[in-house]
Amino acid sequence: MNTTPTDRRYAKSHEWIKDEGDGSYSIGITDHAQELLGDLVFIDLPEVGAQVEAGNDCAVVESVKAASDVYSPVSGEVIAVNEALDGAPETINEDAYGAGWMFKVKLSDSSAMDELLDADGYEAMVADEG
Amino acid sequence: MPFIPHTEDEIEEMLATIGVESIDALFDEIPDELRCGELDAIPPGMPEMELSRLMQARAQTDGQPLCFIGAGAYDHHIPAAVWELTTRGEFYTAYTPYQAEASQGTLQLLYEFQSMMTALTAMDVSNASLYDGASALAEAVLMAVRANRKSKSKRILIPRNLHPTYRKVTHTIVRNQQIELVEVAYDKRSGQIDRADLDSYSGEDFAALVIPQPNFFGVLEAVDELTDWAHANGMLALAVVNPLAMALLKPAGEWGQAGADICCGEGQPLGAPLASGGPYFGFLCATQKLVRQMPGRIIGKTVDLDGKPGYALTLQAREQHIRRSKATSNICTNQGLMVTAATIHMSLMGGEGLQRVAATSHANSERLTHALTSLPGVESLFDSPVFHERVLRLPITANKALRELAVHNVLGGFDLSTDYPELGDAVLVCATELRSETDIESYRSKLERVIASQVETSV
Amino acid sequence: MIYEHSRKGRRATSQAPLQKVDLSSIPSAMLRDSKPGLPELSEMQTVRHFTRLSQKNFAIDTHFYPLGSCTMKYNPRACNTLASLPGLLTRHPLAPQTHSQGFMACLYELQEILKTVTGMHAVSLTPAAGAQGEFAGVAMIRAYHDARGDSERNEILVPDAAHGTNPASAVMCGYKTREIPTAADGDIDVEALKTALGPHTAGIMLTNPSTVGVFERRIKEIAELVHQAGGLLYYDGANLNAILGKVRPGDMGFDVIHMNLHKTFSTPHGGGGPGAGPVGVSKRLEPYLPVPMVDFDGNDYHWLTERDRPQTMGRLSAFAGNAGVLLRAYVYARLLGREGMHRVAEFSTLNANYLLKRLMEAGFDAAYPERRASHEFILTLKRQAKELGVNTMDFAKRLLDYGVHAPTTYFPLLVPECLLVEPTETEAKEELDNFVEIMKSINREAESQPEMVKQAPHTMPVRRLDDVKAARELDLAWKGD
Repeated sequence: MNTTPTDRRYAKSHEWIKDEGDGSYSIGITDHAQELLGDLVFIDLPEVGAQVEAGNDCAVVESVKAASDVYSPVSGEVIAVNEALDGAPETINEDAYGAGWMFKVKLSDSSAMDELLDADGYEAMVADEG
Repeated sequence: MPFIPHTEDEIEEMLATIGVESIDALFDEIPDELRCGELDAIPPGMPEMELSRLMQARAQTDGQPLCFIGAGAYDHHIPAAVWELTTRGEFYTAYTPYQAEASQGTLQLLYEFQSMMTALTAMDVSNASLYDGASALAEAVLMAVRANRKSKSKRILIPRNLHPTYRKVTHTIVRNQQIELVEVAYDKRSGQIDRADLDSYSGEDFAALVIPQPNFFGVLEAVDELTDWAHANGMLALAVVNPLAMALLKPAGEWGQAGADICCGEGQPLGAPLASGGPYFGFLCATQKLVRQMPGRIIGKTVDLDGKPGYALTLQAREQHIRRSKATSNICTNQGLMVTAATIHMSLMGGEGLQRVAATSHANSERLTHALTSLPGVESLFDSPVFHERVLRLPITANKALRELAVHNVLGGFDLSTDYPELGDAVLVCATELRSETDIESYRSKLERVIASQVETSV
Repeated sequence: MIYEHSRKGRRATSQAPLQKVDLSSIPSAMLRDSKPGLPELSEMQTVRHFTRLSQKNFAIDTHFYPLGSCTMKYNPRACNTLASLPGLLTRHPLAPQTHSQGFMACLYELQEILKTVTGMHAVSLTPAAGAQGEFAGVAMIRAYHDARGDSERNEILVPDAAHGTNPASAVMCGYKTREIPTAADGDIDVEALKTALGPHTAGIMLTNPSTVGVFERRIKEIAELVHQAGGLLYYDGANLNAILGKVRPGDMGFDVIHMNLHKTFSTPHGGGGPGAGPVGVSKRLEPYLPVPMVDFDGNDYHWLTERDRPQTMGRLSAFAGNAGVLLRAYVYARLLGREGMHRVAEFSTLNANYLLKRLMEAGFDAAYPERRASHEFILTLKRQAKELGVNTMDFAKRLLDYGVHAPTTYFPLLVPECLLVEPTETEAKEELDNFVEIMKSINREAESQPEMVKQAPHTMPVRRLDDVKAARELDLAWKGD
């Protein structure tokens, strides 16, 4: 398993969110989550311009035998989606923390980041689950 | 004991293995007060020989009248090989192909079916069937509401000249999800969708426009214009077609500039006997873009560990067994056996054969119309081209005329006066390729007598 | 692939009309430009192709098929023959009642038989499959609450072990669903149920015996609790075979049920349908039953429609459901008769308990070893998966090599590495004994040559298929060479 990057925050429901430094925050699922799901075959992304709510489902990742909702870790507006995933869902399996980002949001409230786990906290949670 | 192979010795041995005294003891976890007694109201078992007599008598009671009713179920020739093959135990007594390696027969057949349906409708993809045409429309409506992300209204435009029962079934199935079906009028002269009424909805938010081809009156719609109208107004074009008509008419995928988005209908004309209305099968085709919004089973071609081609259920993450409350539909069992028959039927007929059946059914219905409208007072109501059905107005009460004809063993059509009272004494008639000139003449002469006797009584 | 046998211009000429006809009344713009691209074959080629395809299937007629929750019992041939008699097969669905009395008599009597055997007050036969029956049932629950102005009820409870159709059907009726956990003994967690019940409860969907293969012992208490909370009880008839002629859902307190005639009443599974999913209801739900139904006035049979049932939940199919399936079920019910129905539950339960006992003696682990099996039972291969690296999927695939269709795998979801085994009453003892020997043999193989088992099947027309490729690179229709 990859080491969990320390440059971002994590939700208990296995999403990560990273401050891109340009006012946007990118969101994806963790390496642990992609491993649990197995080979992904389809990613359903939100639409640009959609409002997402913290804790609400806003995307779906599908493997052959499972489909899992992706919950937005924060509230905000979707300003970009990773269109490269369409036709190449395996990108998330291969690089969950990099090329496998799913969408970017503009935060309604940046203090929402503080409520999320850091890398150590997320790793501890995963270890507990195991 | 019918169908139970156990001998007395075996029962004893099995009970001893389990460690109980009697079969009854196996039900010891069920509270006593719940155990039911004798089911006296159910008749005792009957040997096959005796039951055959009973069923033959019942089948004879219903007779085999000369049938000129269509209205969603059509009497076509079915090649003998279709059901000889379909009822082979290997098709008839298999189930949903959960174990792909031991179900390649069913899986490949379903893939071939999907291929044939996309060829017939000129759509990109097809599912492996739904229950029937009416419920297929309901599923297509649900699909359209999911798929048209630009539309927020959950409203669908549905023409009044679409099969009345299809409209009822769709309403029943979608209404609890707050989906509204808004009816569009038909033109009294042409029988087609009323363009002025349709235009009054222009610019409003609807998820889809339902376009029948032919419509319930047998009339052909201006599908190119309707499809373009739907797209220009941000709606999906949802085609409801007779698959046999697709062999002859412009297929749904080629309608207008961009083609229909979803195409569904009743598969019965492709090898299913009339059989009192079922089992038939519903089909549902769509553009590639909408494939993940489709309900029902879908088969995909893939390869095995050696790279050899094979077939498997795919896109299962849409379905209820994985997606549970978020599935595209609750459907699991569909109409596999009917699809087996349809696939064999289409293979035997080929494109040329289906086209000939469609054309001959069209010609026979025109011939029937010609023969019946030669009678005084019988007129054809709409002036548009039709596929293989016509609406005729009778000079006497429709219901009474049909009853009289039935006494003479002619089923003279479907009485429209309940669903379309504004049409007066109108009946919907159909003559498929199976109705001969003699059959048509028989109908004409009997109707002539019925009209004459009715006119006399009323004088 | 059938298109590979196709040659341009070849036809089964005896099947279509010989003459080309006049199409001048249809504007040419409405016609298609070219013939649809269907395969072009001779009749014999077609027959040979589909005969060969059929031989690539496992079926009840050819193989032991202990697919749990699906009741793969023998489908008597008489059911097909007698339902296909000329007057029945050629009857138009809109034929007048004067030409339908024979057909309608069969349906009416089937309604009566199903009423009696389930203990319900009234039955409608129209739902086309179990899932449509479920939809109809939940829609009736909703219609009942709505008619009473009780519109706060927006939640349907489903056990966590329930089949996926239950929540999917509830959602189609506009309800939210809430899961109720299963207790360690396989029964529903009644304490959790008590917490979940309330003014929002519209009803609960239960299967009994449940999807874990045991009888829900506290069903009377559950029924009372749900009714006290103002909810209704829905019975999923997936496992009715286990209790046919022994216990009736109506006596357990259920308000609405669906039956799967392709399971319990032995109509063919057809490679995935057609089924039939009649619904039965208690008296208070009768007005909402789907139409049409058949009534008998002592002389004639006639249809009950919206006119007679203004509060009906509506229609579910263009005509009257899967009539031909209903006729097959009717023939089956008459062949069995009342004494035959008792035997369905008795011998399916005998077979399941015998097979479970023998498999446990052979060293396999039951998911609920303390419980009596119903007509089916669950094995868990958790130990084999952990110790040998050979999992349930591998066992299932290896069974195919031995000529047995695999039991249901990985359902219900809450038992890890599970096999749901349903032998049915029509299997002979030697078939069950043979299955035990095969399972023992696979277990030995899993110990001595696990890689071989993990690569199974080895003798089927194809080896394991690439599901990921199938889903990523969608190929859903033949597009030419």
